[in-house]
Amino acid sequence: MSSLSRDEVARVAGLARIDLTDAELDRLAGELDVIVESIARVSEIATPEVPATSHPLPLSNVFRADEPVAGVDRDAVLAAAPAAEDGKFLVPQILGEEA
Amino acid sequence: MSDLTRLSAAALADALTSGEASSVEATQAHLDRIAAVDPAVHAFLHVSGAQALATAADVDARRASGEELHPLAGVPIAVKDVVVTQGLPTTAGSKILEGWVPPYDATLVERIKAAGLPVLGKTNMDEFAMGSSTEHSAYGNTHNPWDLDRIPGGSGGGSAAAVAAYEAPLAIGTDTGGSIRQPAAVTGTVGVKPTYGGVSRYGLIAMASSLDQAGPVTRTVLDSALLHELIGGHDPRDSTSLAEPLPDLVGAARLGATGDLSGVRVGVITELQGEGYQAGVQARFDESLELLRSAGAEIVEVSCPHFTYALAAYYLIMPAEASSNLAKFDGMRFGLRVVPEDNPTAERVMSATRGQGFGDEVKRRVILGTYALSAGYYDAYYGSAQKVRTLIQRDFAAAFEKADVLVSPTAPTTAFKLGEKLDDPLAMYLNDVATIPANLAGVPGLSLPSGLSDDGLPVGFQVLAPAKADDRLYRVGAALEALLENEWGGPLLTRAPELETR
Repeated sequence: MSSLSRDEVARVAGLARIDLTDAELDRLAGELDVIVESIARVSEIATPEVPATSHPLPLSNVFRADEPVAGVDRDAVLAAAPAAEDGKFLVPQILGEEA
Repeated sequence: MSDLTRLSAAALADALTSGEASSVEATQAHLDRIAAVDPAVHAFLHVSGAQALATAADVDARRASGEELHPLAGVPIAVKDVVVTQGLPTTAGSKILEGWVPPYDATLVERIKAAGLPVLGKTNMDEFAMGSSTEHSAYGNTHNPWDLDRIPGGSGGGSAAAVAAYEAPLAIGTDTGGSIRQPAAVTGTVGVKPTYGGVSRYGLIAMASSLDQAGPVTRTVLDSALLHELIGGHDPRDSTSLAEPLPDLVGAARLGATGDLSGVRVGVITELQGEGYQAGVQARFDESLELLRSAGAEIVEVSCPHFTYALAAYYLIMPAEASSNLAKFDGMRFGLRVVPEDNPTAERVMSATRGQGFGDEVKRRVILGTYALSAGYYDAYYGSAQKVRTLIQRDFAAAFEKADVLVSPTAPTTAFKLGEKLDDPLAMYLNDVATIPANLAGVPGLSLPSGLSDDGLPVGFQVLAPAKADDRLYRVGAALEALLENEWGGPLLTRAPELETR
């Protein structure tokens, strides 16, 4: 299996929306390469006839009774937000200037 | 009344019920103990003394008026900081949630409050429960009460250290790959990971949703059973919560304490002993097996050949789920927001916030998980890991045909020195080699102290049971605890060095 290059770590960090410094990239690339090499051995026994398991116990979907229930208090939620205005979350612009 | 902080939760509950002590006295005694030893131990991130004393006073008044109360009413408890608590800061050990005060309670916290247990505070942990030493907390290390230069285990090192240092008789932990059981092992305490779905996950800040499970952290097996029964059971707000009653856990612990295990088949897992396990850890394990045999248990050897792949599968499934769960920490609705210069877009704010707000281990795992799920790698990594999960479940199913419970050392080593494995992530991950299979299969597990290794530090003994048969953990655990304490002449923790108080 392919090893994990510094460029690949930078690309994946971008996908995960995590800014990394150059020093962090250098260190993480080395560490993650060792880890990926170690965990790649799962493919040794994962043969086609083995079914995948996503959940520890068998589950079926559950519906609750269709009755209105009070949600969490809006003001309490907004009080813990980085910024709020007019009863809403205040967030940075979504689109850049060029959009 | 002698020192209230040294009593088990069950004994303290009896003292409160009989009127020998009040909850205010018990709560104050624990707050005093926290003030005296926590500067050195650092088990707590936040102490909620005034609120705890108010709860205690309320319980005392209700008890005095003759009201029927929960058996644990008035017994103080500490809660791991990954569990949300209305009105109390909750950080999950991360800078990205510094100062966040949740607007709601986790279901298990609601149950604790409804039963009248004073909440002493929130305990330290590896950031977002990612680690085996509590060194990945953004708020400093917790120190092992047995030796302050050593790790208390992780991720729930704060909860384990708090009960080991007599700062709380009860604590809540969460266990994704061993975060309740491994800290219990290295601090000489008891910890239980219930069957997946046995305790509600509503209000737990999720790491890996298919693995996470909350459970009790205590000094005795009976105390864990009492707390497990309080926090467990169906919760309609958690769709993975088991919609059936818990087995009789307290009854099983009391039955076990009689010390008779006639007819119980105990399976020793070939793959979780021997090579890689410290000599003193293996020796204490073997001695405990002999005690179980002397109590009438039948010891059989079982092989779980795919367990050797459990760690690899875990380090694909857990980061994959964590990378998805931690996407919500984006600086928009709660917690930290870092705004770069030049009128940035939300996307740049997210990246800057996560870059500054997450610590090293969280970055490693989120990036690893994102990589494992990314196009071109999904089948080889995540898909293969899910197949290994099937094989591990089949190993458990076959083993439980031959044995009622399975046993192993909880962790391969005793507590190591702070800093020793911080620069070697793979070595750190190996701490959980014996605890991870239970999470992958959803089965319950318990760790209890089985003695001191050659280095004078505590060793843990792990008991595993089939899903929904958590009562077997308590029967076998309580039996072994009684047999061991009979040999030692008292609990193992009485051999821990006394902490300096200030």
